[in-house]
This record gives sequence, C-alpha cells and structure tokens, in this order.
Amino acid sequence: MSGFFDIPSDLQHSWLGLIGLHLREALLPVLAGLVLALPIAQLCVRFRWLYPPVLWVTTVLYAIPSLAFFVVLIDYTGQTELTVMIPLAVYSLVILVPAIVDGVRSVPQETLAAATAMGFGPLRRYVQVQLPIAVPAIIAGLRVAVVSSISLVSVGTLIGNQGALGNLLADSMFYHRPELAVNSVVTTAVLAIVIDALLVGLRHLLTPWMEDTAK
Amino acid sequence: MNVLNFINAFFSDSAHWKGYDGIPTRLWEHILYSLVALGIAAGIGLPVGLLTGHTGRGGNALSLIATAARALPSFGLLVLMFVVLGLGLLPVMIPLVVLAVPPILVTTYEAVRSVDPSPVDAARGMGMHESRILLQVELPVALPLILSGLRSAAIQIVSTATIAAYVSLGGLGRYIVDGLYQRDYEKVVGGATLVAVLALATLGLFWAVGRLAVSPGVRRSN
Amino acid sequence: MVSSGDFCQTRRVCGVLIRIDSVTKRYPDGTVAVDRLSLDIPDRSITVLVGPSGCGKTTTLRMINRMVEPSEGTILLDGRDIMRQPVNTLRRSMGYVIQNAGLFQHRTIIDNIATVPRLLGWGKEKARERARELMGRVGLDASLAKRYPYQLSGGQQQRVGVARALAADPPVLLMDEPFSAVDPVVRKGLQDELLRIQEELGKTIVFVTHDIDEAVKLGTMVAVMRTGGRLAQFAPPAELLSEPADEFVEDFLGADRGIRRLSFFPSAGLELVTAPVVATDSTAEQIAARDTPDAPYLLVTSPDGKPLGWSEPRNLTAGEIDPAQLLSYGRPFVAGTDSLRAALDCAVLSPTGWAVAVDADGRVAGVVSQQTIAEAIRGAHKESTSEAKALR
Repeated sequence: MSGFFDIPSDLQHSWLGLIGLHLREALLPVLAGLVLALPIAQLCVRFRWLYPPVLWVTTVLYAIPSLAFFVVLIDYTGQTELTVMIPLAVYSLVILVPAIVDGVRSVPQETLAAATAMGFGPLRRYVQVQLPIAVPAIIAGLRVAVVSSISLVSVGTLIGNQGALGNLLADSMFYHRPELAVNSVVTTAVLAIVIDALLVGLRHLLTPWMEDTAK
Repeated sequence: MNVLNFINAFFSDSAHWKGYDGIPTRLWEHILYSLVALGIAAGIGLPVGLLTGHTGRGGNALSLIATAARALPSFGLLVLMFVVLGLGLLPVMIPLVVLAVPPILVTTYEAVRSVDPSPVDAARGMGMHESRILLQVELPVALPLILSGLRSAAIQIVSTATIAAYVSLGGLGRYIVDGLYQRDYEKVVGGATLVAVLALATLGLFWAVGRLAVSPGVRRSN
Repeated sequence: MVSSGDFCQTRRVCGVLIRIDSVTKRYPDGTVAVDRLSLDIPDRSITVLVGPSGCGKTTTLRMINRMVEPSEGTILLDGRDIMRQPVNTLRRSMGYVIQNAGLFQHRTIIDNIATVPRLLGWGKEKARERARELMGRVGLDASLAKRYPYQLSGGQQQRVGVARALAADPPVLLMDEPFSAVDPVVRKGLQDELLRIQEELGKTIVFVTHDIDEAVKLGTMVAVMRTGGRLAQFAPPAELLSEPADEFVEDFLGADRGIRRLSFFPSAGLELVTAPVVATDSTAEQIAARDTPDAPYLLVTSPDGKPLGWSEPRNLTAGEIDPAQLLSYGRPFVAGTDSLRAALDCAVLSPTGWAVAVDADGRVAGVVSQQTIAEAIRGAHKESTSEAKALR
C-alpha cells in the first residue's frame, strides 16, 4: 500500500503541482466570467427590459449538466484544458450576472439621487458609488462561483484526464487505492474552503463600513 | 454544423431506441435515480428546514453545514463512495442525497425565516395552532423560495447522476462515458443532448409547479 | 380616579370586562416592561393605552390574549383568569388588529376575513357569507372580495384587518397601533369608522397608540403609561385634559390641552342671538330695525336662511345687496351638536369676531360673540370641576 501523497507517475505532477493546476483551471474561468459579467450586468441595470430574458438564459445555461457541456465542446477544442474551462467560465458568468444586477439595484434610490445631486456623472457614479455598495453581493456571487468551479474541475477527468486533482479519482479506481480518492476529495474541499475564506476576508477589506454579520 | 449532424445520426439510429442500452431504458433509469435521490433529500431537508425556520433556531449550524457541503466535490464523493463501498445503488445515492440536502434545507430555512412576521403575529393572535401557522400562513408565502431550493437540488442531482455512469451505473451518462471510451462521438453527443433536455425538462416542471401551487397573491406581491 | 360604579352612572356602560390586577412583565434579562399595573377595563367601551415608546403599552395589550405571558399578577376576563383557559380558545374569543394589518397575502380578501370563523369550524359558505356581511360593515366594496391584499391600499388593508378581527363576533377587540402606518386623512376616516362600528356593535375595545390626539378622540377611558411600564393616569379624556395627574401627563398632553379640552363641552348652552341677521330680500325698515349698538355688523343670509356674509349696516341697501361685497363668515358651527371648541374656532376665524351657528340643514340659527363663548367656557369649567370633586 502506497502513501497518501504518493501520486502515480502517470499524472506527471506532484501533489502540489496538481493543486496549482486545479486552481488555475478553476480560477481563470471565474475571472473571465467576472470580466464578462460586469458589463452585461451594467447593461441589464441600464435597460430594465433586458434583465428578464437574460435571467432566463442564465437559468437555462446553469441547468445544463457539466459533462454534457464538456463533451459537446470536445469537437471544437479537443480534449484540452480549454474544454473544461469554457463551461466553467459560462457557469461563473451566469452566477455572477444576477448577483451583480441585484447588488447594484439594491443601492438605495436616495443614495443615487444624492450622488447625482452632488454632480456625479453616470460613469463616476457607477464606479464610485454603485459598485462599492454592490461589493458584498458581488463577493457573495464570487464565493458560489469559485466553490462550484473548484468542485467541477474534477469532472474534467472524464475528458482526457483534464481534471487536475480529479485525475486522482481515476487513478484511485484504476490502481484500487482508496486513499487517492480521499486525498482528492479532502484536498479539493479544503481548497474550496480556503478560497471561500479568502473571499470573505477580501470583502471585509473592501467594505470596512459594513457591520460584521458573521456570514 | 458538426454536432447537429451527430445528434441527428444518434437519434435516427433505430438501434438506439431498444434494448437495455436503448434511450427509453436509460432515460427511465436516470429519472428513477433522480426521483429517489430527490425524494430522500426532500424528506430530510423539507421538514428540518420548515421546523428550524419556524422556530428560528439552528440557523448558524445550518449555514455552516451548507458551506461545508458546497465545498465537497460531487464527482470526488461519487468515486470515493464507489471505491469504498463497491458497485451498487447505495454508493451513488449517498453522494446524490448529500449534495441535494443542503440547498433544500438552507433555502427552506431562509424562506420560512424571511416570511413577513406580522401575518404570523396576527395568526397567533387569532388563536391558530403553531402547526397551522407553519403550514397555512408561512408555507404558502415561502413556497416560491422553497421550490427554487428544490429546483437547484433537482438540477444538481440530474447533473451528478450523469457522472454516475463513470462508476458503472446506468442512466443517460452511460452514452457519454461509453462513447468517450469507444471514441464514438455520435453517442457522446447524443447522450449529452438527452441529459441537457432532461435538465431543461426539470426546469420546466418546476416552473409549472410554481405556477400551479403558488397563490397569485404571493406571486404578484413579490 | 373613576371607580366602575360611578362609571356606570355617568357613561351608561356597566361592569368591568377585563381586570388587570398588579401585573408585572419581567424578561429573563431583567428588563421590566410592565410594572405592577392595575387597570379595570370597562365593558362596551374603548379603552386606550397611550404613552411614549417603551412604556409597555403593547406588552400590556399582548398579555391580554397571552401573546406575552405575565410574570406576576392576574388578568381576569369576565371574572375568569385568562391563564386558566386554553390559549387558542381565549385568542379566538378576542379580535386582534395590528399595525400594517398583517393580512395573509396568499388568500383573497374574503378568505382573509373568514379565517377565524373557519378556525372555529364554520362551513366555508357560512364563513364567507359572514365575511361578505362584514366587508359592508367596515366600508369595503363587495367587488374587492376576490382581490388579493397587494391590490388594496393601506387604508383598505386596515379595514380588512378590522373586519377579520370582527368576523367571529368576539366581545373583545385588541388593537395594536392599527392606524399609525396610514396617512392622516385616511387615519381620520378609519377612526370615525371605528367609533361608528363601536356604537353599532358595542364591543369592548382595547386600543394601543402613541398618539395622544388619537387617544383623546377615541377613548372612553384613557390610560397614560410612562417609561418603565407604570400607569401614570387612568381617566376619561376630558378629565385627563382638565386635571392631568402630574407633570409627565401634562407634558405628554402637549401645550394646547386647554383648547382641546373644549371639545368635551357642548355648545348647546350657548345663547344665540338672532337680532343682527338679515336676509337679501329684507326691506329697508327691517334692516334699520336690526341695526343695534351691540352688533357693529349684520349677517346677511339668502332668502332661505343660508349664511352669505357679514356687512356694516350702512353699506346695506335694501334690494341691492351684492353677496360678492360681503365679508366672509368663516366656517359655521352646528348649534348644539358641535363642541365649544368648534364654536370658539368659528369666532376666532370670523373677521367680525362673531361665530355663525347653523342648524342641521345649514340654515342660520343665530350668531354668538367671542365674549359669550368665553363666558360659556368659564361656566363649563366651573361645572366640570365641581362635578369631578363630587365624583371623588
């Protein structure tokens, strides 16, 4: 019986290497999702009629199972990291758009009116007033997106071993080494919890004006 | 388009419509796993969520459980259960239920908590029993949110049940896993299409239930 | 303090329905919400609990239907200890109205009102029949029956709340700041409606408010409470205004309690004079005859007696009276029905210093000077003080 951290050589990575790979595959899509979500959300805030159809599309996209999403992409991007990352970016996008829209919309009308009355232009008002007040909602969205992204990367194992820590699962079955599966599950869960905690910390840094709600 | 050709080819092949590996059998298997898992998860999550929401106790413990459960990777859990417990329905049901309980439990709790307290106060003042207050005053108002929790759970179950094929279970995931193994891309895409359609049908089903079960007074005032 | 026996004689209402006997509510953290409160709530009348926030008025109300359980003391309903009755039976025997109405948003208006009858086991049709009847009683149009609460205005929702509380015809109605969330105009309408309903149905109403004007307007008896859950004074509103028990009550009543007290003195005793009144069709002799040194102005009426305005006698020429040239007569008061406060208000607002009294049909009953009203006020004060002394 080999040890907990003895990673089979076919994975071509150390344990730490797998963690790095996993984080890259999970976090880059979230970042891409955020970059796309900000302008889309702003459009939805600006043009109210746009939001219901966008919400519909996001709900439908989010319902599509990840495996189905991955395999349809194989035809275009092959069995590569990109095939895993594109769906994750889409999931992040559909989690973040409603979170940002609700966050920006939750800024009280009086606050906006006060900002306008003080002579803020629309762009300045968005960047200096609406966005900061929406930070808690955006971070809440990011937390959900990051945690689900970290969990879903493992499924990439099924398409040409692109699952980073998930690849340990395939090896666990192949070599009949349950400890590899335990390693994968525990490491992934700990990664998710650590990143989640970092985001909570980030929110405290960005919103010093907020009371601590311990949530 | 390439993918559309594959889909067309898959569904027009009559061999894919019969036998133990036919679409009706696989679809039924998938629905059965999902229903059983959702049923068990709802059987745990709904009553606990309703009770904790009504009394307002245990909220912190619940959010802790929810965060922890969200962090568990579904696929990892599935494989782990398989390597520990071996082949069978149980190692699949455990992760499906473990994943589905938190969204049901937490949204139900939140839904009941967020019901406007004044009708509840009025109901108590009128002399309604606590159980009646929960079922006839709080539940109807909390229903849209509770349904959305059940919906997320159902979607997650349908999605994870697909991956269950990887640990030798039936269901629509079989086409994808086998197709990938056999390099039969037609089968892979056909399976993916079926899974997506099933997920969307689940979405549609919950939408319809919402329309039927939620009072118009609640639907429009929210 | 008025004992219930005296109350019977003076108010034509008898008996104590709810007796609150040295009740204290202490919370586990040590705060005392209500402190040894004793209150006899008379039958078939409105008793208002009023005071600043944190004075324990809502806690007191909620102890009556056991939404809050007293720590010490007893509350008797119709002579029976409320703690000895099944809690839900007790609550179903009392209507409960709260701020913002607390309607069930998932039920139609008619089903909201039918709630308690249904709880009591009435059939669906009978309960709805009763609900329909009550909608009429509280001034709600029957067409609203199938609507949902979100489709109603705040005032309408509050009417539904009152109807729902009345549905099972309970002898007691508990109302917790029911009208404080609606705008002043709607609130006045709701208050008038409540007084009318009370007149018609003779319920025992316990009403909590922080608004002393509302308390004085609605209350048969008013209990003023002070911070710390103690009773400052329990008296009919007129007595409260004339003889506040201490500085706290006086402060709480506000600076113009003297004027407001006049609301409780009838104008019936005012001596009206008809001498300085002429009609547009009066002859020159009639006008000349009305010109007395007492009244520097004459009130001109239409031929059927409706007031038009004031004028100096020398500006009036028989047959050529132009209503547009007359001085405004302000707002008349209804002789006998309106209070001395209304009469004084008319006199103060009138450019001539004389108030115009009209009868129920709006025809001039006479005019009265500020001096006469002032004398009437002095007389009324004297009478009420001696009455109060006699009662004590």
